[in-house]
Amino acid sequence: MKITVRIWRQKNADSKGKLVPYELDNVSEHMSFLEMIDVLNERLTLEGEDPVSIDSDCREGICGMCGVVINGEPHGPENTTTCQLHMRTFNDGDVIDVEPWKAAAFPVIKDLVVDRGAFDRIIQSGGYISAPTGSAPEANNLPVPKHDADHAFEAATCIGCGACVAACPNGSAMLFTAAKITHLGLLPQGQAERDSRVLGMVEQMDAEGFGGCTNIGECTAACPKGIPLDVISRLNRDLMGAIARS
Amino acid sequence: MTTDFFTLGDDIADTAAPGGPIEQRWDLHKFNLKLVNPANRRKIKVIIVGTGLAGASAAATLGEAGYQVTSFCYQDSPRRAHSIAAQGGINAAKNYRNDGDSIYRLFYDTVKGGDFRSRESNSYRLAQVSVNIIDQCVAQGVPFAREYGGLLDNRSFGGVQVSRTFYARGQTGQQLLIGAYQAFERQVAAGTVEDNTRHEMLDLIMVDGRARGVVVRDMVTGEIETHTADAVVLATGGYGNVYFLSTNAMGCNVTAGWRAHRRGAYFGNPCYTQIHPTCIPVSGDYQSKLTLMSESLRNDGRIWVPKVGGDTRHPSDIPEDERDYYLERIYPSFGNLVPRDIASRAAKYQCDDGKGVGPGGLGVYLDFASAIERLGRDAVEAKYGNLFDMYAQITGEDPYSEPMRIYPAVHYTMGGLWVDYDLQSNLKGLFVTGEANFSDQGANRLGASALMQGLADGYFVLPNTIANYLADSPFEPVPDDHEAVVEARKAVEDRVEKLMSIQGNRTVDSFHKELGNIMWEYCGMERTEEGLTKAIGLIRELKAEFWSNVKIPGTAGEFNQTLERAGRVADFFELGELMCIDALNRAESCGGHFRAESQTEEGEAMRHDDQFAYVSAWEFGGDTPVLHKEHLEYEFIEMKARSYK
Repeated sequence: MKITVRIWRQKNADSKGKLVPYELDNVSEHMSFLEMIDVLNERLTLEGEDPVSIDSDCREGICGMCGVVINGEPHGPENTTTCQLHMRTFNDGDVIDVEPWKAAAFPVIKDLVVDRGAFDRIIQSGGYISAPTGSAPEANNLPVPKHDADHAFEAATCIGCGACVAACPNGSAMLFTAAKITHLGLLPQGQAERDSRVLGMVEQMDAEGFGGCTNIGECTAACPKGIPLDVISRLNRDLMGAIARS
Repeated sequence: MTTDFFTLGDDIADTAAPGGPIEQRWDLHKFNLKLVNPANRRKIKVIIVGTGLAGASAAATLGEAGYQVTSFCYQDSPRRAHSIAAQGGINAAKNYRNDGDSIYRLFYDTVKGGDFRSRESNSYRLAQVSVNIIDQCVAQGVPFAREYGGLLDNRSFGGVQVSRTFYARGQTGQQLLIGAYQAFERQVAAGTVEDNTRHEMLDLIMVDGRARGVVVRDMVTGEIETHTADAVVLATGGYGNVYFLSTNAMGCNVTAGWRAHRRGAYFGNPCYTQIHPTCIPVSGDYQSKLTLMSESLRNDGRIWVPKVGGDTRHPSDIPEDERDYYLERIYPSFGNLVPRDIASRAAKYQCDDGKGVGPGGLGVYLDFASAIERLGRDAVEAKYGNLFDMYAQITGEDPYSEPMRIYPAVHYTMGGLWVDYDLQSNLKGLFVTGEANFSDQGANRLGASALMQGLADGYFVLPNTIANYLADSPFEPVPDDHEAVVEARKAVEDRVEKLMSIQGNRTVDSFHKELGNIMWEYCGMERTEEGLTKAIGLIRELKAEFWSNVKIPGTAGEFNQTLERAGRVADFFELGELMCIDALNRAESCGGHFRAESQTEEGEAMRHDDQFAYVSAWEFGGDTPVLHKEHLEYEFIEMKARSYK
């Protein structure tokens, strides 16, 4: 099929960007979206133009490195990561807009590549269980009810891609942060640091310039891993409790 | 003939391996290792390159211990390293199933699975610390699958008859890596680990015979930086991307290891590559990577092809008695759970016979119909849901209603930089962990053992062994204007400048694809003397063309993804050549290395223990590498032909 992609081109963090159209013939429906960009980049290289900078690594939907806004939706129209989106989703003659995550806390590095270091700093502020190597008790000494384990796992499937932030009109990182609070807070191992975790992570989230959460729910709709919105309620409950106790 | 391509050096005399009863070796060895006083650790600096399981766990542990750690990774966050994509599980000899498992059995399975080309001492140690890994990960909050009683669940994996694999649905690698990443970030917050993302190591700095630092490129600004330390750890993963198409992430590369090799580090067993039997087949020439379908699927999925070649009926229209469940037929005791190398080759033979299915006849069926009938759709979904979704997303087909099509793909490399029992390379102060080293898996790795090795090395082995080396430090400080630092920096700058100056007519990817085709054709699932000799010639021609005709747009002083790839591909040429030379020298079949000239009448791999019971440790020698042999001895497990029948 034949398509037109209009791609956000921005030389570096300091320059202004704009959408530039490129026409592609012979796009196979079996191609992944990123393979379509690969084909375009091969052509641009041979034509002496700068190829499009775009992040991706595992291309299996698990590392969280890829992620662009496609026709206004983070990761595009399917409920998946950008790398798992295939061209069969589109139709012959489509015009597809491709833009980077747009959020104050995710500055653009070049074209479609952004800096998501803020997520690492949120984790540094409490997104862990302190268990120094070697200090662990026998694993089966600590039974975890299957229901809690499964629920914790569901929250733990977050890949840190940032689609939730890109989808949120406020640019909030609430779903990302709450997923970690939920994962660790549901496990018996995570109880000792439960209060300090939520206080530290929320404080860092604000310091990074992410917007506040107003329960719009766009985040969970865009999440390629289907992190449920109720993790945010859990964060809020934990936060209230922690503030009351501190 | 083969000696045209290399020369023979001295045998490796010392592997630092302890003697004595196998059960006591690691404990006795640890007791004999020197320690570093906690107060002194603050003054000691360690560079760790790579943040996968082996790198992140080591950085977290050394940081906790009080060392100053500087970490580098090429991704935008340490959490994205390719360990994250491991699906199926992690082995540990917990014997929670009461099915006869033990440390000794895991040791035995690993040595046998590795086709008697790994070290007994290392494999035993791996099995021994496996139990601690599970404890450690649970304490960190890794959400492993659990039973209704709240205890940990297990499943079985290829090449073994016990259930010792711990898992977190189909995302075990992700959960383990996030655990290690969180421990890592905790140390960043504590100030013991300095985290440098989007930095790529381009050279090793050697001072007075010791590894003392690295040259890296800041991938955002293009700036070349030098960093020095008391020791350097490479946890930089495998080199499967030499084949262009593999299940590795797009960025996986050999550059860190290869640059160290060029600085003198031996490369061990480069020809041992693992071709994974269950991957989604190639769909077109634009294909950028291959996707693995976890081996755990072989627990419940049955592999088959139509009995008669050229059968174009829809799979559901092919009656049972016209299907050949060839693994169950040929290997009745292990069935669909034979080791990876055997399953892959069997699939290749079916396709070579014209019985393959799907486009180009390069595929076999992996069928869940009987599992769905036996367990119900919900149970199958609970176990494999995310894998089924991934398959449907990529192929547009529904694996609940029709069988998956699968074909082998390059997945893991058992070879890597040579290390001794302490995980130290032949260069003092250079340690190598995880997939980047060659040490524990022999000629073939069993499923769910890569995660085990990465975490064993990073959490439990390296932190002990590196202390023994660091006990003699801090070493003399290396200033930025030290001649070795200046020389290494200049070498990197010159190479980048050379790459940018070519401005030819071919793209980096076109070279990479051509190299990948050569490697897959001649150094893939089946290798011959003739093919390998031809491949070496082809690679040399292609490499020469690359250095005169590659085209890299943009400049070196900016974010430039083409330049990043070009540097990696340039190293893949040299590695590919060495892999072929190694494969040519090893005129036997073992594990993932199958030489067509060396097989039994039934087509099974035939080892030649009298000639090849050694590790090939290659010293860099330009076009003519030098082979050093480390002879392998088996004191506890009798060497015999593997049989899974």
